[in-house]
Amino acid sequence: MSMAWEVVIGLEVHVQLNTRSKIFCACSTAFGAEPNAHTCPVCLAMPGALPVLNEAAVDKAIAFGLAIGAELNHRSVFARKNYFYPDLPKGYQISQYEIPIVGRGHLDVLLPDGSEKRINITRAHLEEDAGKSLHEAYAGESGIDLNRAGTPLLEIVSEPDMRSAVEAVAYLKKLHALVRYLDISDGNMQEGSFRCDANVSLRRPSEPFGTRAEIKNLNSFRFLEKAISYEILRQQDILEAGGKVVQETRLFDANHGETRSMRSKEEANDYRYFPDPDLLPLQLEEKRIERVRVALPELPDARKARFIEQYGLPVYDAAVLTAARELADYYEIVATGQDAKLAANWVMGELLGALNKAGLEIDSCPVAAEELRQLLARIADQTISGKIAKEIFEILFAEGGSVDAIIDARGLRQITDSSAIVAMIDEIIQKNPQQAADYRAGKEKLFGFFVGQVMKASQGKANPDQVNALLRERLQAQ
Amino acid sequence: MELHQMGVAELSAGLRNKDFSAVELSSTLLQRLRQAQDSLNACITISEEPGLEQARAADQRRAQGDSAPLLGIPLAHKDIFCTRGQRTTCGSKMLAEFVSPYDATVVQRFQKAGMVTLGKLNMDEFAMGSSNETSFFGAVRNPWDLTRVPGGSSGGSAAALAARLLPAATGTDTGGSIRQPAAFCGVTGLKPTYGRVSRYGMIAFASSLDQGGPMARSAADCALLMDVMAGHDPLDSTSHPQAAGRFSAALGRSVKGLRIGVPEEFFGEGLDPEVAQAVQEAIQWYVREGAEIRPVHLPNNVHAVSTYYVLAPAEASSNLSRFDGIRYSHRSGSAVDLQDLYLLSRYEGFGPEVRRRILVGSYVLSAGYYDAYYRKAQQLRALIREDFRRAFAEVDVIMGPTTPTPAFALGAKSADPVAMYLADIYTIAVNLAGIPALSLPCGFSKAGLPIGLQIMGNYFADELILGLGDAYQRDSDWHQQEPGWEEQ
Repeated sequence: MSMAWEVVIGLEVHVQLNTRSKIFCACSTAFGAEPNAHTCPVCLAMPGALPVLNEAAVDKAIAFGLAIGAELNHRSVFARKNYFYPDLPKGYQISQYEIPIVGRGHLDVLLPDGSEKRINITRAHLEEDAGKSLHEAYAGESGIDLNRAGTPLLEIVSEPDMRSAVEAVAYLKKLHALVRYLDISDGNMQEGSFRCDANVSLRRPSEPFGTRAEIKNLNSFRFLEKAISYEILRQQDILEAGGKVVQETRLFDANHGETRSMRSKEEANDYRYFPDPDLLPLQLEEKRIERVRVALPELPDARKARFIEQYGLPVYDAAVLTAARELADYYEIVATGQDAKLAANWVMGELLGALNKAGLEIDSCPVAAEELRQLLARIADQTISGKIAKEIFEILFAEGGSVDAIIDARGLRQITDSSAIVAMIDEIIQKNPQQAADYRAGKEKLFGFFVGQVMKASQGKANPDQVNALLRERLQAQ
Repeated sequence: MELHQMGVAELSAGLRNKDFSAVELSSTLLQRLRQAQDSLNACITISEEPGLEQARAADQRRAQGDSAPLLGIPLAHKDIFCTRGQRTTCGSKMLAEFVSPYDATVVQRFQKAGMVTLGKLNMDEFAMGSSNETSFFGAVRNPWDLTRVPGGSSGGSAAALAARLLPAATGTDTGGSIRQPAAFCGVTGLKPTYGRVSRYGMIAFASSLDQGGPMARSAADCALLMDVMAGHDPLDSTSHPQAAGRFSAALGRSVKGLRIGVPEEFFGEGLDPEVAQAVQEAIQWYVREGAEIRPVHLPNNVHAVSTYYVLAPAEASSNLSRFDGIRYSHRSGSAVDLQDLYLLSRYEGFGPEVRRRILVGSYVLSAGYYDAYYRKAQQLRALIREDFRRAFAEVDVIMGPTTPTPAFALGAKSADPVAMYLADIYTIAVNLAGIPALSLPCGFSKAGLPIGLQIMGNYFADELILGLGDAYQRDSDWHQQEPGWEEQ
């Protein structure tokens, strides 16, 4: 894009909190049940039914606020956002408006070029999710599934601090890792537990913000990047043709990789927010905040610092390994009692490579961390070579099983018996008299040829260090 | 005394002494409820079989040694309380076919106490009205004069009690809906401190003002009902942790040394002289018994009606959004798309007064008007609350009329909403403040219409004002007068 435009991006992220029950009733939040199986008078909005706040959702919001160094509002207010929609049974959503539970905070984000950027967070507030309208499977009619209605959400609103799609993705990934670390959400993007709206505008540097478009409901990092990239080009075309960007809500069409207008500002609802008289203002006592603070797990930045300190890892390795809580946990199991840098190389290289190729996430990794640690232990005690270890890893990844059983069953144990290696070497020298003569005459390069032949004859099992030493000795001797 | 003339306390004693059974009692009252329907229209639903079934169960419990004080005593609920398996209409076409899948907490508590539910009582649509004329099921008539209104919105409850169809009923009071019909019909009704009676299952009109309460023919009976009705409910976040009380145990108190505040704002222009006189005479009774009168000022009471008619419609406009034609409420048969379905279902399902309040409420909450109306009204509400706080620093209770006039004629105010709203001029401030207030009979007009005395108390003074009402009723018989509706 033209250098003359600066991109301004702010994100609103909806995080589904992983409480067992809904935010205002005792119904289950489990995903995938029969339509309307998880409903009661409260989440069906029967006449006379009243909301009661789920305290576990509040604790999760507090944990998030503490993790981003935010000001927590000791008194926050639930408000009603009024609009009609079939999957919104009360005709209003209970949310927080004027006073949210979490005030200003921030997140420091590592960018791909290795630099770090602070993204400010304006606020985070508690609210309830709506149900779902089902249009397929009902000819000419629509079904309503209210299982999701009343599921607790934390809406996290950033400042317009991001200046590229790459920064937006880095921020969203960091946020995703954080909620997983805190165990306040399962972060499942496919099931909609973590979704994002992007506000995008362009301006000339140092000029006031331009008119923004809001792109709704982006549920993958890739879609976020594509939607923003498309939106930048669209707005740039309009502005450079002398036009004006219209303030509107847009939807991202993943099939065509473009954004489409959904409704303009003029068509926007007047939500008639007002404090919900069914719920008292939410009061947070210092004692409660302290209780949550004490129970907080180690957060990504602290863990990264510890990895550098404790395992002597380079900053880059520590950042990659702590990006997700499960990956960091995995690494720490592998590294226990092993060479920490070697463990990092294996996790970041072989393991992440294989997962990436198979399209799997770390939490569904087919190789248990304990097995990978055993593999490194077998390299260390010279039972196998690094090369054989890679073969075993592939077997583990594809078929499962245990490292030692695979070594035994496939006879992969390293040959360290000097006399056996000498016997192999002598046989190879005998078979290749010309090359042996050339080597002795000073053709040093042929040493590699002999190493290769010995390794081949041993099916890769001969100890490479011993092969080197013995081969040099035998070639000289004859 | 015939069964239908007895109050809760007498019936309790009669049942305990086995003078009659719960089934006999319920059969008698069911018959009266049926017979009165044509002249009074007090009920929306009469529960014959389920009622008798509950009466049989009560007799059985008694045979097994259960002696709960309210066991076997019949009552009926204002049709705003959800009753499982039985329709709950809220006086509206919108819910004419609605059968609740659950019981309101209040309904449950009375059931557990062994009371027998004989039906659902008529009311203004969604409790919006002061005359019971907005009911989709037709107006209720005042047993003292069938050409007059019973008051509202708990008009069915008040009329049924006055006509001796029932010894006890529930009501709800958002701006006077228990006290004003109690005054018009010559019965006793308590609007409790906000938070003492659960709102769970009580269809919301204006959540921050709504409060369920007992209606009966005496303060002592109301206290017996409150013993069961009040209590903390974890399903209602606005329910007070110390909601429960021993109301009947607190009766029988002396009036000596009581400081009564009499606000001049309640005796000004617009007050019918006959009402003023009856109320003043009742206050004088307390003085004779040893109470002293102190003037108090409620200067912001003049803003109560306008404050109320911003806040109550604002909350109502949102509370009534759930009646959208999608799930259980009236659905228009002629809608062609979603927008149409909303518009037509709501237009057809709601009556004109409800539609008016939804419009007003949506307006005062809308962008650009919120600060001028809703926020301003909240500020006034705080001032009104402050008036009472200051007054109760000087006095124990405040007394005055419940209504400016006795019951007015059917149709007299239905064309003029503002005139209708002014019928609640003395009751509304109580709801805005959240304090308790009792209305009890204190005389009759020359035309033979009942007049109500209102006793307002500080927060959680429900026991005190019931005790004061009871003291007066031990020495007066206004509450024992029976209307001659059967001859009219």
